[in-house]
Amino acid sequence: MATSLQAAGFARRGLIALAFLLLLVFLVAPLVLVFTRAFGDGLAAPIAALREPDALAAIRLTLLVAAIAVPLNLVFGLAASWAIAKFRFAGRSLLITLIDLPLSVSPVVSGLVYVLVFGAQGLLGPWFTAHGIKIVFAVPGIVLASVFVTLPFVARELIPLMEAQGRLEEEAALTLGANGWQTFWRITLPNVRWGLLYGVLLCNARAMGEFGAVSVVSGHIRGMTNTMPLHIEVLYNEYNLPAAFTVAALLALLALVTLAAKSLLEWHLADEPSTSNR
Amino acid sequence: MRIEITGLVCRYGTTPAISGVDLTIADGEFVALLGPSGSGKTTLLRAMAGLEIPEAGGLAFDGADALALPPNRRGVGFVFQHYALFKHMTVADNIAFGLSIRPRARRPDQAAIAAKVDELLELVQLPGLGRRYPQQLSGGQRQRVALARALAIEPQLLLLDEPFGALDTQVRTELRLWLKDLHRRLGVTSVFVTHDQEEAMELADRIVVMRAGRIEQIGTPAEVYAAPASPFVYGFLGQANQIGCTIAAGVARAGAVVLADGLDLPDGPATAWFRPYQIDVAPDGPALDGDLIDLSAIGARVKGTLSHEGRLVTLELSDRTSLVVGPCRWRPREVRIYPAA
Repeated sequence: MATSLQAAGFARRGLIALAFLLLLVFLVAPLVLVFTRAFGDGLAAPIAALREPDALAAIRLTLLVAAIAVPLNLVFGLAASWAIAKFRFAGRSLLITLIDLPLSVSPVVSGLVYVLVFGAQGLLGPWFTAHGIKIVFAVPGIVLASVFVTLPFVARELIPLMEAQGRLEEEAALTLGANGWQTFWRITLPNVRWGLLYGVLLCNARAMGEFGAVSVVSGHIRGMTNTMPLHIEVLYNEYNLPAAFTVAALLALLALVTLAAKSLLEWHLADEPSTSNR
Repeated sequence: MRIEITGLVCRYGTTPAISGVDLTIADGEFVALLGPSGSGKTTLLRAMAGLEIPEAGGLAFDGADALALPPNRRGVGFVFQHYALFKHMTVADNIAFGLSIRPRARRPDQAAIAAKVDELLELVQLPGLGRRYPQQLSGGQRQRVALARALAIEPQLLLLDEPFGALDTQVRTELRLWLKDLHRRLGVTSVFVTHDQEEAMELADRIVVMRAGRIEQIGTPAEVYAAPASPFVYGFLGQANQIGCTIAAGVARAGAVVLADGLDLPDGPATAWFRPYQIDVAPDGPALDGDLIDLSAIGARVKGTLSHEGRLVTLELSDRTSLVVGPCRWRPREVRIYPAA
């Protein structure tokens, strides 16, 4: 009995050590390298790299894309998950499948789809061009592609949560005299608020970090349609490694902040009495 | 408030949940909807609250059409089986909810709402627990909060869906007495759903027995218990035995025993129903033959099982003398005769 328990103890510690080793090699080390390469030779070079107009434009564009894509997906995710979780209707399972589509399709394909629809030779492209609206190889295309790839994050997070909560509390609010909006703002939304914030964080991380789909529709015009990930690639291809790693470090920092916020949320969730059975 | 339900039909997809219910509830009455699961009792309750939309039929509150009103404008208090308290709100906020969401013109001020919450907490015997969250309360306390929340809007009609269903026996008995007393004091028209006949008997002014989406019988607990309208009601209201018999010229006989006379039933085969305590063992006069196969004493009472023509009959007697396992003579009394289906 003792020996088998000991053996299990060894196996457990061995597995934990292995997991940490893998994490260290594949996740932590590259991250540390990015920061050391960026800031290894002092702060002068990184600061210069970030103050360069093209880099500033890329940062601005990335923030703009996230600022449009995240609220859009917040609204869509809330509406879709509410409909899916609380009602039974024709086409419900089709909707669930469609929401998952961006996760299962390669981002490059997602980008190509927009070129095919809105490009110069595309389905709707000529009409938009005739009306002076440029979508592909311009900011609207980048926003569209980002919205597409980040579509599942909020909804995926909320559907199981709302399904578990059911309709009872909303029905109770209704019998107490609440109208639809009051029920939504005071019952539905507060019940999923932490899950929603979590989904928004994930959505934001992806919106800022997306490379594939954005790369296809962007056209890589420096200072105009390059987001941060695209700008990093351009710098890297030009062997401007210090600048590439500086922008990469900034992007990684955004991801780390997101992760920290997420952990903080989870820690908060475990504490709060009102959400203890989330 | 006086409730009139006429020809109500509700359906889930293609499955009928209620198929034609007529029921009138008087002002201030306490009515139990009693039936097995799937009998449509909860659907009927939810339809009164507006949580189900009936396919046909009418519902009137004090003579005014209620079906035209959405659930949030019916002014009906609803207590859910699993409480459905708002988890992210304190007990006080839960109770205050119905008042705090009113449009400004009809909303009491903060102080008035707080006073009302305190008053209701007092009423449901949970004073001082307003700052707790629902998760920090026991099941019985949660159900009382749910009741206080429903009462806060001063409903003209209180609907309770299996209000004690999720509680353990002791708490249930306590809450039952308390609810009965509360109803007596408030006098608000109340309807509750239960599958527990004892609960219905103990609480209600009138019992509505439901089966497969229809009303099987309506009556006071005494009426329903003494004269069940059908074998289903008889069997549902407590432990029951049945034996075969024959009706001829209004007299029901089993063997040489006259079970009942003066019946207004057609001649032919029938069944006689009786409770375990409505049995005489080794009586004088004509009797039936049986085989007493089991006996057990529980306190002052004796429970037993006898076999009669292949059927098992349970009996419950207060007198244990003269009872021995083996062949015996017995006779039921005060039987109810129902013609064979």
